[in-house]
Amino acid sequence: MSATSTPPGVAVASAPAVSLRGASLAYGPRTLWDGLDLDIAPGEFLAVLGANGSGKTSFLKVLLGLVPLGAGTLAIDGEPARRGSRAIGYVPQQKHFPPDTPLRARDLVGLGVDGHKWGIRLRGRAYRKRVDALLAEVGAASYAKIPVGMLSGGEQQRLRIAQALAPNPKVLLCDEPLLSLDLHHQRAVSALVGRQAKRNGTAVVFVTHEINPILEHVDRVLYLAGGRFTIGTPGEVMTTEVLSRLYGTHVEVLHSHGRIAVVGMPDRVLDGHPEELPGVELQGQP
Amino acid sequence: MNWSDFSHAVFNFTDYAQLLPLFRDSLLAGAILGLVGGLIGTFVMMRDLAFAVHGIAELSFAGAAFALLVGADVIFGSLAGSVLAALLLGVMGVRAREKNSVIGVIMPFGLGLGILFLSLYQGRAANKFGLLTGQIVSVDSTQLSALAATAAVVIAGLVLIWRPLTFASADPDIAAARGIPVRTLSLAFMFLLGISVALSIQVVGALLVLALLITPAAAALQVTAAPRKVVLLSVAFAIISTVGGIMLALGGSIPISPYVTTLSFLIYVLCRGVGAVRRRRGWTVRTPLEAAHA
Repeated sequence: MSATSTPPGVAVASAPAVSLRGASLAYGPRTLWDGLDLDIAPGEFLAVLGANGSGKTSFLKVLLGLVPLGAGTLAIDGEPARRGSRAIGYVPQQKHFPPDTPLRARDLVGLGVDGHKWGIRLRGRAYRKRVDALLAEVGAASYAKIPVGMLSGGEQQRLRIAQALAPNPKVLLCDEPLLSLDLHHQRAVSALVGRQAKRNGTAVVFVTHEINPILEHVDRVLYLAGGRFTIGTPGEVMTTEVLSRLYGTHVEVLHSHGRIAVVGMPDRVLDGHPEELPGVELQGQP
Repeated sequence: MNWSDFSHAVFNFTDYAQLLPLFRDSLLAGAILGLVGGLIGTFVMMRDLAFAVHGIAELSFAGAAFALLVGADVIFGSLAGSVLAALLLGVMGVRAREKNSVIGVIMPFGLGLGILFLSLYQGRAANKFGLLTGQIVSVDSTQLSALAATAAVVIAGLVLIWRPLTFASADPDIAAARGIPVRTLSLAFMFLLGISVALSIQVVGALLVLALLITPAAAALQVTAAPRKVVLLSVAFAIISTVGGIMLALGGSIPISPYVTTLSFLIYVLCRGVGAVRRRRGWTVRTPLEAAHA
């Protein structure tokens, strides 16, 4: 299946934040996706959708440089993907901190500023200024000094976003960041990510199984299913015809009050599930 | 034993002024161990390794008992045992659950081995008992300098990996995504922990190591979450426990470990109380924005 590689409404002149060419990924005999051509422009919000096991998380791992592509090339901000790239900010699923974690909100954000450096912090001035700015950016200044273990899930996710934004990344990778948040926090967190894309020109790759909370921010959708994929605007992709063709079975896409529901989706599109890749410790399953 | 015998055995401050200088080396050793225990304890808490510390201590005990039996250096034996155990745990179990079952398997085995070696040992009974309950009063100046040098290595190692270790302990997934060598750091930390356990056994003995490596940090975490304060308090609590414990124990006729463990326990109880009050008064109250920027 071919892909449109130029996003709508985004100037073609700017170099892509993420560029995939002929990319494929397979585990043993199973192909997750193949022949993927995709450019993500600065400021573009890309939602990655698909059923469990369709390769959404693997897509993120490839971008993070934790899993190599089977074929094709990947460039992030013009450079080959590599582990620990400063061009990428990563926001994972919400995961609660134990109540006695010795970190306050500002310390969690601070890990994004200099947590990767060796030794202890000797000069704190620039560090404190940067942390204050990041806290203000995500609207977390009012709970800066509260222990992370005592914050709500939504507040923790804001801090994770601030932490991910610390190195001024070109790309913000979000892996189901709204999971286990209530509706109010889902909206606030997705608005925050959307604003980051539109105002600061950060490309956003947002992996989710539920498009509705982020629908108003999404520019394009990458929909993965059963080793195939399709790319386009939500209006192009989220239709009965396109998704039925993608799944190879009839699914009904319903639009109602600005929300989208996909009905009749096969439970499991694939025979197996890449719960975890060997040798990769990211997103460990319980 | 009546009350006056008891109190005489536990607290006896006759000739205290003459006694104190004789124990200068022991007090210094106690302070050094408090420093190490307080520092490493914050990471032990963060990485949820309390049970692991206990397991390492039992194998350290086995190593020391073996050294005693064959006439080798006891401290070396205890070091070998605990570093081996710590690295084994670091390699084997990545997840807490897995780790706990591995520890549960290793611990009784180590303790059993230790008891076997001790029962075969024909020497002084005090040596045997000391391994389990501590024997710091016998520290001489050679041992003290060895202890100080080892402690310096542990502290230097910890300082070197401080920030990435904090990141990897707080949020291993994100740390890995940021390119931090999470697994290597974990092994490095287990190595330092192994050394610290072996050092602490010299003071409080294998059975009570937790009082030095866990309790002070756990107490500090009850009253603050600011990383610097946690470290400072944890170190202060550990040093108060060891040095205070030795000073109280000087005149009495029982080992120092009950004093150390009781002091650190009391500090913990006190901190829990302070923490409860702090939480009730609203630890989690959001400051208005103006105040936060001030």
